[in-house]
Amino acid sequence: MANADCIVIQGSNMAECHPVGFQWVTEAKARGAKIIHVDPRFTRTSAIAQKHVPIRTGTDIVLLGALIKYVLDNDLWFKEYVTAFTNIATIINEDFKDTEDLGGLFSGFDPTEGKYDLSSWAYEQAYEDGSILSPEGTEENGATQSEKAAGDTLGAGGAAMNDWVAKEDPTLQHPRSVYQILKRHYARYTPEMVEETCGISPEDFEYLAESVTENSGREKTTCFAYALGWTQHSAGAQFIRTAAILQLLLGNMGRPGGGIMALRGHATIQGSTDIPTLFNLLPGYLPMPHAGTNDNLQDYLNSVASKKQKGFWANADNYMVSLLKAWWGDAATAENDYAYDYMPRINGAHGTYQTAVRMMEGGVDGYFILGQNPAVGSANGKLQRMAMSKLKWLVVRDFRLIESATWWKDGPEIKSGELKTEDIDTEVFFFPAANHTEKAGTFTQTQRMVQWREQAIPPPGDARSELEFFYDFGRRLKERVAHSTDWRDKPLQDLTWDYPVDEHGDPDAEAVLKEINGYYTSGPKKGQVLDTFNEMKADGSTAGGCWIYSGVMAGGVNHAKKKVPGYLQDEMADQWGWVWPLNRRILYNRASADANGKPWSERKKLVWWDEDTGKWVGDDVPDFPVGLAPTARPDPNLGGPAALSGTDAFIMQADGKGWLFAPKGMLDGPLPAHYEPPESQVRNPVYPQQNSPSRIVFKRGDTLSAPGYGEEGAGVYPHVFTTYRVTEHHTAGGMSRWLPYLAELQPEMFCEVSPELAAETGLEPYGWATIISPQSAIEARVLITNRMTPLEVGGQTVHQIGLPYHWGVGGDATIEGDGANDLLGMTLDPNVLIQESKSAACAIVPGRRPRGNARLDLVQTYRDRANISENTNKQRVTIPPQEGEG
Amino acid sequence: MTQELEHQHHHGPSQDVGWEPEHTHSRKGFFTDSSICIGCKACEVACKTWNENPQDGDYEILGSSYDNTGALGANTWRHVSFIEQDEDRIEKARESGKKLVSLGMPTVRPPEGPAAAAAATANAATKNGTNMPDTAEFRWLMSSDVCKHCTYAGCLDVCPTGALYRTEHGTVVVQDDICNGCGTCVAGCPFGVIERRDDGTVRTKEDRDGRLSRQQEVPNKGVAQKCTLCYDRLIEGQTPACAQTCPTTSIKFGAHENLVEEAEERVAALHAQGMTEARLYGANKNDGVGGTGSVFLLLDEPEVYGLPPDPQVPSKDLPLMFKKVGIAAAGLVAATAVAFLGGRK
Repeated sequence: MANADCIVIQGSNMAECHPVGFQWVTEAKARGAKIIHVDPRFTRTSAIAQKHVPIRTGTDIVLLGALIKYVLDNDLWFKEYVTAFTNIATIINEDFKDTEDLGGLFSGFDPTEGKYDLSSWAYEQAYEDGSILSPEGTEENGATQSEKAAGDTLGAGGAAMNDWVAKEDPTLQHPRSVYQILKRHYARYTPEMVEETCGISPEDFEYLAESVTENSGREKTTCFAYALGWTQHSAGAQFIRTAAILQLLLGNMGRPGGGIMALRGHATIQGSTDIPTLFNLLPGYLPMPHAGTNDNLQDYLNSVASKKQKGFWANADNYMVSLLKAWWGDAATAENDYAYDYMPRINGAHGTYQTAVRMMEGGVDGYFILGQNPAVGSANGKLQRMAMSKLKWLVVRDFRLIESATWWKDGPEIKSGELKTEDIDTEVFFFPAANHTEKAGTFTQTQRMVQWREQAIPPPGDARSELEFFYDFGRRLKERVAHSTDWRDKPLQDLTWDYPVDEHGDPDAEAVLKEINGYYTSGPKKGQVLDTFNEMKADGSTAGGCWIYSGVMAGGVNHAKKKVPGYLQDEMADQWGWVWPLNRRILYNRASADANGKPWSERKKLVWWDEDTGKWVGDDVPDFPVGLAPTARPDPNLGGPAALSGTDAFIMQADGKGWLFAPKGMLDGPLPAHYEPPESQVRNPVYPQQNSPSRIVFKRGDTLSAPGYGEEGAGVYPHVFTTYRVTEHHTAGGMSRWLPYLAELQPEMFCEVSPELAAETGLEPYGWATIISPQSAIEARVLITNRMTPLEVGGQTVHQIGLPYHWGVGGDATIEGDGANDLLGMTLDPNVLIQESKSAACAIVPGRRPRGNARLDLVQTYRDRANISENTNKQRVTIPPQEGEG
Repeated sequence: MTQELEHQHHHGPSQDVGWEPEHTHSRKGFFTDSSICIGCKACEVACKTWNENPQDGDYEILGSSYDNTGALGANTWRHVSFIEQDEDRIEKARESGKKLVSLGMPTVRPPEGPAAAAAATANAATKNGTNMPDTAEFRWLMSSDVCKHCTYAGCLDVCPTGALYRTEHGTVVVQDDICNGCGTCVAGCPFGVIERRDDGTVRTKEDRDGRLSRQQEVPNKGVAQKCTLCYDRLIEGQTPACAQTCPTTSIKFGAHENLVEEAEERVAALHAQGMTEARLYGANKNDGVGGTGSVFLLLDEPEVYGLPPDPQVPSKDLPLMFKKVGIAAAGLVAATAVAFLGGRK
């Protein structure tokens, strides 16, 4: 980021939530970069930026879409880059219908299922008979796709793509070329539309558009940074897609100072998706096998990637078989599909919210909570706590007795009488956890950098590391089933579980990292570590726990331990930690050179083709086959990396190109389109379709939604609230509300409101306010501040209320307070199943909330006023389906 | 009064206070650049953690933007203030900053070296001078305050026990085991930094709710406490905890002389970018405390941050007071004489 000429931070409060990474923003600023912060609130990030642009929550696609239109209209797109590296010339098949044709829907929507059939979004293929394969290339239909949360399942490369030899029109004149479709799709996204939808003035839009375009091109690069302000929406994945289209058009991907920074970073959040804690992924973004369609290894592999497609996903068989060998060792053989049948299957969405709903229905016996505090940190806190009361057993591993461990004796439902301790059958186990200084291992941060840390001190008392806990737990389980003859116990019996332990019984974390990296299981190199995932084989001769981490132990050296200070190396700092894959610091960096392999400019050069040696060279590890000349045009039928041409910079994509139009992978549209947040009180100015039609809703009485624009009861919850974090606390508070030094810095739950809203509703500075949603009513101290701006949108004034979500009600923390997440219902993004928690509706009144039952009465009064039912605001299609759909 | 000080400047204020430049250590200090502070308060936490200071507040919102620890005191040795300002105030700050610089106070040399290069790049990188702070209608100032480690340290001058002393690094430190808690220094500090630590209990949320106390042990009860510039870290060649932890390098630690130079360059660079509100605080060795060891880059008048605009060391008046007392005494003698003379009439 330090190399950027302009940084747009949107959907992120980077200075507060990623203060350490923010040093690179201040560094860029010191070097002369322009910093722009687009956010509903003026935060500590805005304070450092040259410009803060207030925006109405959930309208980012309109702003970014208008930037796309600005770039196209003014011919500011980076033509050499875009034509060389993106699918702009690709022709989409004739069944595709855009939002322009269908009142805001794309072709393929099934209103009863609430899901898209993606097949009409496919490329027009180049075969003479004109037949079009389905995007899956398998018999799967869109519906089963959705249940797998396929956007995530498909990893970095999207779905399998047999039919990647697509028709192109280099003149870009074909009406179904991506270029023409883009132009038509974003024609509505004008500066006037931005003003009407986002509440951003034409002057501010002009400023943003000029800043971004002036700082892009051969000589300059612009970088976008986002975090949960983009993801936690019912169409959050599409916000990021919009930025991806813009950055591709401006030629800002794969280049120094460019890109779209997904700010993650707490502890090892990146690591927790690489080697996932998600239900639908295996390590290295391989999908979890799905019952019924992935019944044998070959079926499974066909659904991941076709051998005929380009790029590195075509080698998924190598990665998967190596994974199976790592887990089941000698028991994984060619004869038994490498123990593929030991692998559990999923048969639907098992995300955190679906799981909580199943708990409510008595469908879950036991629950492990590690490094998470769902009673405070998850949307619809009450449902989370009530659900836990239906469990047979609950295990909480944390530093302290967090609210998720004590709800049964001091939670809000105990206080309201909705739960009685003596009636709860859940057996709760608490295991104290070691903190990061008390255990060795790795963290993977937001740059995909794996960093090793040593144990500084042993953990106190009974506290143990996760590694020790799970190793011991697995050992005990294996002991239990050691003599079982039940076939169900075979996977556990055969599981490799042979890590060396120290004198305290703590397993050697480096031995685990070696298994993750991979090694030879047979042949002359038996036992040696793999240097790269390219050494992985699908014949059982290699094992490896996570293919993208292959190389972290290359040459037997733990590269994650490297800590050469910055002043002793160049700016890429490749001797500090290790970045997957293969220590590449900037992904897709082939795009930092032009089609012929020459740097776009001296100022922005990173890797380039060296004619003399016939290799890609430069300051970063080339993210490209190192000997593949820019002019190479191999036979596409080779498939895999061998089929990549010298300009296929996006080596993980099935066609080697950056996708302006996504023919698959996204479940809610091939192009981002603006829909109003579910509880918005504003009519969608862009389309007749009001809300995202494929958002996931739960038609249940315990997860309600406020009536949106045009519905009965609209206006009862007139204001918007948005939830967020502040620097002083850590997420649900487990790591901060128990620490006096942090607790004193932000001791009480507060809300942030504008002076205008305060005047309108009678709120007093630093007094109390009660915030009411269909879900609950909470109280907060009032910060009246000009940092909150009322926005004029579509002829009405929209007030936005800021609510940090760090506080919870329990008996053990140094400080407690009402939880903002208790106000939220559950509406999910269909791609990644994340909840909408950045834009919801509420009412606000002065004073503290009522206690006990009276609190429930207050909530009910508002529900009655709005006549809310479990079906309120859960309909999908605003207008009747039009002809040609389906 | 100023004349008195200037007279002493012939051999420099630092020498006046018994700290010699030929000392093996250079005078150490902080340069706190509030223009890049993000208000994360990591300095407050790092300071309390390293120095094992008790938690300070009563776990209630203070009513001062995001500040809930209030001020520097016996327990809070780094304190971040938060100031929300509107357009009017920003304009005034720009004007007053411009004047300060044109008065040559603080001294700003023409930009040269890296600062000038940075400024030039900044200008070159933008059209219409858009690198200037464009959101001029509102701003949120944050600044981390700390003990000034004054050249003429009031606390040290008035301490009757010798508990306060000047270290080999030119800093001012309390010796906890010598301090008798008399509190004279509290009145002696023109910045209100030093404070006596409560010898009773620290009121906590637990007290309010009758919860089980998780109170930490309070060291050095009843004695004067303030920033030591992490003396215990300096003797190990380490950086003070706050500067070490600052994620944006807003808090810089180093040799005082170099820091002042760096601070002056930084002000010049900001002015070149149009941020004429930038000015230095504590870098003027002709001020009422002979300049401070901790210097600050502020974006408005010191009062805005709760800092005295014209700090005066109280002991500075002592010589003058002696003189005045002398004159008064002489006058009295004269008057008495006159009276006697008169009496003879």
